[in-house]
Amino acid sequence: MIRLTWRQFRAQAWVAIAALAAIAITFALTRPSLTHMYSASGLAGCQARNDCGSLAAGFISQVRADAAYPVLYAMGVIVMFLVPAVIGMFWGAPLIARELEDRTYRLAWTQSVTRTRWLAVKLGLLGLAAMAITGLFSLIVTWWASPLDRAATLGSPILSNRMMPALFAGHGLVPLGYAAFAFTLGATTGALTGRTVPAMAVTIVIFAAVQLITPNFVRPYLIPPAHTTVAVSPGDVNWVPAGHGLLITGRAAIPGAWVLSTSGHVYTGPAIQILKTCNNGPTSTPACGRAFASLHAQTLVTYQPASRYWALQWYETGIFLAAALALAGFCFWRIGRHRSGRTRPSSARPPRTASTLRTSPAPPATSGHPGR
Amino acid sequence: MIEFQLDETSGVATYLQLVQQVRQALRMGMLEPGDQLPTAQQVVARLAINPNTVHKAYRELERDGLVRARPGLGTFVTRSPSGTDPATQARFLAELTGWLRSARAAGLGPDDIEAIYRTAFRACFAEGVA
Amino acid sequence: MSAVIQTSGLGKAYRRTWALRDCTLAIPAGRVVGLVGPNGAGKTTLLSLAVGLLAPTCGTITVLGERPAAGPAQLARVGFVAQDTSVYARMTVAGHLRLGAWLNPGWDGELARRRIEQLGLDPRQRAGSLSGGQRAQLALTLALAKRPELLLLDEPVASLDPLARREFLRGLMESVAEHGVSVVLSSHLVSDLERVCDYLVVLVASRVRVAGEVSALLASHRRLSGPRRDPATLPAGQQVIEESHTDKQSLLLVRTGEPVHDPAWTVTPVSLEDLVLAYMNPANDIPARRPQLGAVS
Repeated sequence: MIRLTWRQFRAQAWVAIAALAAIAITFALTRPSLTHMYSASGLAGCQARNDCGSLAAGFISQVRADAAYPVLYAMGVIVMFLVPAVIGMFWGAPLIARELEDRTYRLAWTQSVTRTRWLAVKLGLLGLAAMAITGLFSLIVTWWASPLDRAATLGSPILSNRMMPALFAGHGLVPLGYAAFAFTLGATTGALTGRTVPAMAVTIVIFAAVQLITPNFVRPYLIPPAHTTVAVSPGDVNWVPAGHGLLITGRAAIPGAWVLSTSGHVYTGPAIQILKTCNNGPTSTPACGRAFASLHAQTLVTYQPASRYWALQWYETGIFLAAALALAGFCFWRIGRHRSGRTRPSSARPPRTASTLRTSPAPPATSGHPGR
Repeated sequence: MIEFQLDETSGVATYLQLVQQVRQALRMGMLEPGDQLPTAQQVVARLAINPNTVHKAYRELERDGLVRARPGLGTFVTRSPSGTDPATQARFLAELTGWLRSARAAGLGPDDIEAIYRTAFRACFAEGVA
Repeated sequence: MSAVIQTSGLGKAYRRTWALRDCTLAIPAGRVVGLVGPNGAGKTTLLSLAVGLLAPTCGTITVLGERPAAGPAQLARVGFVAQDTSVYARMTVAGHLRLGAWLNPGWDGELARRRIEQLGLDPRQRAGSLSGGQRAQLALTLALAKRPELLLLDEPVASLDPLARREFLRGLMESVAEHGVSVVLSSHLVSDLERVCDYLVVLVASRVRVAGEVSALLASHRRLSGPRRDPATLPAGQQVIEESHTDKQSLLLVRTGEPVHDPAWTVTPVSLEDLVLAYMNPANDIPARRPQLGAVS
C-alpha cells in the first residue's frame, strides 16, 4: 500500500520538488547580498547604541529601493499562502474524490487491503509529505527573509513585522499546520462531494475563509493580549471631536509587536479649544505644541509583544494540527459509512424504454420489514 | 483424440451432447479402447463451457462402463458400446453402402429407401430378434 | 458442500426504493452461478453487498463463512470484477499488475504475466486506451491472479462484441477448470447461460424469483400443451409459471415435483433459456414463497 501510494503520487511529488527547487535556488542566490546589506547597516549592535529605529528604517528603505528584493519578498509571502492552498486542492481534494468519481474504488477496495488501511496509508503518508514540503518552503522563505524580520523587529513598528498577519502565516512553524489542515480539508470535501472539481473549489473557499478569520478572531486571543499605556507623541496623533472635547488617540510605537488596537481618551478643557484651531496638527504652531504638551495625552495599547512570537506559532500550529486530525477521523468514518450506499449502482434505476418490461406488481410482503 | 463440438440450437443439454459424441465416436471406430479422452481443460479451452459439464459427461460414460477415470492420468476408453469390434461394423457399413447404391441405381428415391428401411427395422426389432 | 454465499432476508434500500429485498440464498461452492435479471433488478446491489462495497439495510449476508470485507484475509479470498470494469485509465497494464502484487499477499505474478502475454496486451499501454474487451480481460486477470476462492463478476461481458464475449468466457472457464474457483456471474443476457452456468439465480424487480441447480430446474419444469383448461384445476404440486391460451388450446409452463400423468397434456422439456425468460417476464405472476431448489448441506 505504501509503494502504491508513492507510485500514484509521483506526478504531484515531482511538481512540488520542482517548485521547491526553483524557490530554493532563487532565494539562495539572492540571500548573500541581503546579508551583506544587513551587516553594512550596522543593525547588529544597534541595541547597545540605541539607534535601532533609524538604522532599521535606513536598511529597509535601501532594500525597497532595490529592483528585485521587494518582488522576491512579495513572492515569498504569496508562495507561503499558495503552498497549503495548492496542497489542499491538488493533493487533498482528489484523494478520495477521484476514486469515487471514476468509480475505481470498486477496484481499490476489493483487493486484500481494508478500506481503513487504504485511507490510513494515503492520509498518513501524503499528510506527512505535505507537512514536510511546506516545512521546507517555510524554512527557505523564513531564512531568506530573516534579516528583514530582524530589522522590522528591532526598528520602526510601522514596518510589517513577522508578528503581523501577512507574515505570521508565512513564516515559521504555522504553515505546517495549515498544510495538514488544508490537506485533510481537501480529502474531507472530496469524500463528501464525490467529485474532484467541486471538492477543489469548496476546499479553496473554506481555506481562504479560515485564513481570513484566524488572524482577526482567533489569533489575537490565543494568549490574552498585553496592555500598556503610552504617551502620545505629537508627531503621531489622531483626534476627532467628541462632544465638547476631543478624542485623542496615538499610534503605538512598539517595535516588533502586533498592535491589535489603540484606544484614546476624551480630553476637555481650555487646551482643547486651542487645539481645535490647530488644523495641521499639534506641531503646526508653538502655541499648539504647548497646548498639546499640557494634556500629557496617553493612549491605551492592546498588543501582542514580539516575545510571544513562538508561543503563538506553537499554539496556532497545534490548533490546526488538531483540526486536521479531526477531519481525518471524519474521513475514516465517512468512508466506512460509504458502505451504506451514498453512491447508487448505475443500473439501479429501471430503464425507461418502451418495452414490455413494466415493474411487476410487488407480491404481498410477507416478512420483509425495512429498517435496521 | 476426439474433438468435441457443440450445437447450441439443438436443445440438447451440453453434457448429453458430449456423451453422444463419445458414443458415436466409439461406434464409428474413431475411439478405441485405451484411447484417452480430452481433459476438461482441453475441452474448456476449445468450447468455453463449464468444466463441471465435462466432468458430468465423463461420469455418465463411466457409469455406463465405457470409460474409466484414472486420477492424475486422465480418462480412458475401456470398451466399445455395442459389444462388437469396429471391423465387424466396417463390414456391415460396406454392405449397406453397396445396397444403397444399387437401390439408387434402380431408381428409388431417398423417401422410398427410408420407408423400406423403417419397415424392415420395425419388423426386425419388434420380433425381439437381436 | 458448504455455501460460498449465504443470505437471509437480505435487503438494501436507497431512501424510498428497495434495490433488493427478501433475498434468501444459499449458493453452493464449486459452481458457476448465473445471476440473471433485467437491468435494475438488483444484481449489482447483490454483488456489491457480497463484496463489502455496500452494507445491508436489513437481513444478513455471509461470504465464505464471514462478513463481507471483514478483514484482509477475507478480502483476499474473494475476487471482484465490477461493471464497466473499473480500471485506472492513466495507469498502464504493468502498473495494474504491480498494484495487484502490492495489495494482495496471495498474488500469483506468474499467472498474471502469462495471461497478459496470452491475451496479447502491451504492458506499457495505458488501461484507458484499451478496448472494452481488453479492459475486461485485464480486470479478470487482476481478479484471478490473487487466487481467490470465489470470483464475483458484475456484467463483465455486457458491452462486449460476441467474439470478445466468447474469449472472456473461455478464459474464465479455463481458470475454473485449472483452479476450481467458484464463480458468480451476473448478466442480463440469457444466451450462453446453459453452456457456462450450472446454478441459476433469477432476480427480477429486486426479488429472487427462482434459484437452484440448472439440472434440477430443467428436470422440474415442463411445457404442457393441450385442450383449453383453467390452470386452477391443476393438481397442487404443479405450479404454473407461464400460461397462454387460445380459445381451443392452453400452453403452460409448470414447475412440478413429480411426472405429469394426465394424458390430456403433451409434455415436453423446457430449454434453460425459455425457463429463464419465463421467470424474468414481469407479466407472469410468480408466487412469492417457494422452497429453494438444490439442497445444500
